[in-house]
This record gives sequence, structure tokens and C-alpha cells, in this order.
Amino acid sequence: MSSPVLAEICELNFAYEKRPVLQGINMVFPKGKLIAIMGLSGCGKTTLLRHIGGALKPTKGCVKVDGQVVHELGQDGLYAMRRKMGMLFQFGALFTDMSVYDNVAFQMREHTDLPEELIHDLVLMKLHAVGLRGTHTLMPSELSGGMARRVALARTVALDPMLIMYDEPFAGLDPISLTVVGDLIRRLNDALGATSIVVTHDIQESLKIVDYVYFMANGVIEAEGTPDEIRASDKEFVHQFVHGEMDGPVPFHYPGGNYRQDLNLKD
Amino acid sequence: MPAVNAIKGIGRRSINAVWRIGMATRFFMLTLTHSGSGFRRFHLIIKELFSTGVMSLIIIVVAGLFVGMVLGLQGYETLKRYGSESALGSMVALSLVRELGPVVAALLFASRAGSAMTAEIGLMKATEQISAMEMMAVNPIARIVAPRFWAGVISMPLLAALFSAVGVFGGYLVGVVQIGVDEGSFWSQMQAAVDFREDILNGVLKSFVFGIAVTVIALFEGYDAPPTAEGVSGATTRTVVTSSLVILMLDFVLTAIMFRGN
Repeated sequence: MSSPVLAEICELNFAYEKRPVLQGINMVFPKGKLIAIMGLSGCGKTTLLRHIGGALKPTKGCVKVDGQVVHELGQDGLYAMRRKMGMLFQFGALFTDMSVYDNVAFQMREHTDLPEELIHDLVLMKLHAVGLRGTHTLMPSELSGGMARRVALARTVALDPMLIMYDEPFAGLDPISLTVVGDLIRRLNDALGATSIVVTHDIQESLKIVDYVYFMANGVIEAEGTPDEIRASDKEFVHQFVHGEMDGPVPFHYPGGNYRQDLNLKD
Repeated sequence: MPAVNAIKGIGRRSINAVWRIGMATRFFMLTLTHSGSGFRRFHLIIKELFSTGVMSLIIIVVAGLFVGMVLGLQGYETLKRYGSESALGSMVALSLVRELGPVVAALLFASRAGSAMTAEIGLMKATEQISAMEMMAVNPIARIVAPRFWAGVISMPLLAALFSAVGVFGGYLVGVVQIGVDEGSFWSQMQAAVDFREDILNGVLKSFVFGIAVTVIALFEGYDAPPTAEGVSGATTRTVVTSSLVILMLDFVLTAIMFRGN
């Protein structure tokens, strides 16, 4: 990962009230790379993404994007920074009162003075890139889950962002849609020359497309490396995660009291 | 200890209520601050005028007609005792323009449009549409809240005026057409008794204030709703209950200020 760095996370700590969620996280995101942040549900992946987008402020440490400390930006600065970012939400988060076309055109209309004819061509090109040009007159409620995710992807890259964030882009997709979305994430990243961060727990699909992986557990980085290094890792947590084993460092049972006592059994 | 716990509970609820009033006030101020960019997107206000105003027309017209008809019936029965049936027109008109028009229209508006606004914004929040908008560097207060606020504030006085007009027609149908009160005295007494500034403008002012209150409550409850099915349902209920109580409370205050001693 020797390319210049677009974003980095330095000693990031964050707590919801008194419950620590992120503890001393350090990550770098070089330009042009596709990086995955993996871990179990609730390990702090999405919280991390929200810090990069400036939706949360760290209790300690910082996130830098394009040389700027995100949490130190005022509202105008933050909005200027977000114009250079794109984020794909877990279930697309398409605006349900707008057609597919208007969803993709949304940012172009809000942030540019482009004439409507040009917006029309750009929207169709973005939709064509995700294979859904034919759906531009449909409403989000008329799309399948996989199609909605692809339309949301077209909307995310509408203004050619330099940093694209994906929050669980593979959740709830059938195998074909999953491959299509994974392939699109890789191709769009390379075509736009962007940097992408994929938060996911879909290990098999992610390892096929990403350049580097961070593994998180309980708010800290447990492991990191290229997909090949991760596959070959002998760390117990990574092994359990990659192979989907039921028991290991992540126990099958949630901590509880004495089982015999809970069942009122006498010794 | 139960007494201490009860006092603690009252204290907690009171602090929570004051905190929510403060949050709602801040939300209202933010909405006003971002109204400029809301007006620049005037097509959004027009769109919201349709969904809050035009879509409330049927309930307002039907309710106004029946309220006016009931006023006609009840008013005639009461006035007949004093031999003043000819004053039916002024009684129906004053009741509607001063009180029932603004208040009942606002209550119906809170149930029809207010609850819809809360549910819509609450669901937008639950499905991350508001977060997505923020991540696209578009302020949701300016893009989502301000147009709805102004649509509500513009719609409410118009709906209240329509309610009163249809109510007067309902009173006419029952009083003049059905019961047989003299048509000339019905309209002339109404014309003589209703003062444009004292009655009509005050009624419009009331409905304007109710429009602000209902819309702010509905938008705040939606924006503040926990992003779950239960959260949105609770917020929708709170919109209707809080709006109704606030309308009635404000009505008393405004009536005391506007009509005291008249």
C-alpha cells in the first residue's frame, strides 16, 4: 500500500456514553485502493464509517480525509468535504418519493448548475454503468433489493466522488446480485480513480475484490493484511471468521449465569 | 420509598418535557433559519401544498358542512325560545369564523396532514434517507422540513376559511332551506354582525398560529422519532395528541386576548 494516502484514522477512540465502541484504531486508506473493514455485527464498523463521514465526533484521536481533520470542520467545511465523498447505505436509502431518475439526478441538481439536458445524459450514463438504464422511470418500490442497491450505487457515484464508502453492500442479496454488486464496486473504483472503503462481514465476496483488509473485534483491530495474507492467517479469530466456525474466540454462547441454576436443578 | 420513587418519576418526566420543548423550539428556529433555501426550492413547497392542503380538502369540506348543519339545527332550537330565529345567520357565522372554523379545521389538519408528516419523516429517518441526504451534503432541514413547514402554515388558514364558508352554507341549508328561516334576514343579519377585522381577520390569525403549532409539532415528532416501527407509531400518536391539546390551549389564550370584553 505505497500509494499516497487519501484518508487515515489516528488513535481513534469513541464511546457511546460510557460504553467504549472504538479503542485506539489506526488505519490508512491509500488513493485508488479498495479497502475492506470486516468484523462481527456490532464490532464498531459502521461507527467507524460514520466518523469518516463526519456524522460522529471521536472522544479521542482523529480522522483525516484529504489532509483535513474531519471533526474539526464546521458545517460548511463538512458539507464541502462530503461533496467529495459518496456513501452507499446498507439498504440503499433511496428517496422513496422520487423516481430512479430523480434519485440519481438529486446531487447534480442540488450541487451543480448543469442544464437539465446534460443531467439527463449523465443520469442515463450512471444508470447504464450499473446496468439499470431501463429502470429510470420506475419508483424505488418497484425495484428488487439488488436493483435498489445498484441504483443507490449509481446515485453514490453521481458526482464522481474521490472517496466512496459502502455500509454492508452485500447484506440480503441473492448470489447473482451479490456478484454483480461486488464486481461493480471494484470496477467503479478503478474507473473513477476513487478510493473505496467497504464495511462488510461477507468474507468470501470481499476477499475476491479488495486490496487490503482490516479485521475488527470489540472495537480494536485484530488483524490486517492483503486477502492472501488473511486467507493464510493462523490467528484464531481470523480463522474462525474466514471459515465460519461456530465456536472459537467468538463464543457460541452469550455470557450468562450458571445453566443448572437457571433451570432450577439441584446438585 | 414508593413516594420517593413517585416524586423522582414526576421530576424525570418534567425534565424530559422541558427538554423536549427546548429541542422543539431549537428545531423551529433552525427551520426558520433554513427557510430561505426552502423558498428557493419553491416547487417543493407547491408539492407539499398539494399533499397537506389539497389532500385535506375532502375531510375539511365534509366536516365543515356537517358542523354548519348541526349549528343550524341547534342554533334554531335555542334562538326560537327567544323569538330570535332571524339571528340564526349571525350566530352560525360568528361561531364558525371566530371559533369552530379555526379550531375544528386545525384539529382535522393535525389528524390528517400532521400525522402523515410525522409518519413520512419518521420513516425517512428509519430507512436512512435523512442520513443519506446529510451524507450528500444536503441539509435535511432545508430540503425536507422547511418546505413542509411553509406548506402547512399556508394551508391552514385557507382550510379554516373554507371550513367556515362551507359551514355557513350547511347552516343555510338547514336553517333556510329545511326549517324555513327567512333567507333575507339570515344573510343580512350575518352581514351586519360579522366584522371583517374583529371576526374574520382574528379567525385567520388564529388558524395561522394553529398552523405553525401543528406543523412544528408534526415535523419535530417525525424528525425526533426513534428509527423503529414502534418509534414512528408512538411519534404519530404524540403528534395528534399534543397538537390537539396545544390547539385548544392556544385557542383559549388567543380568544382571551382577541375577544375579551367584546
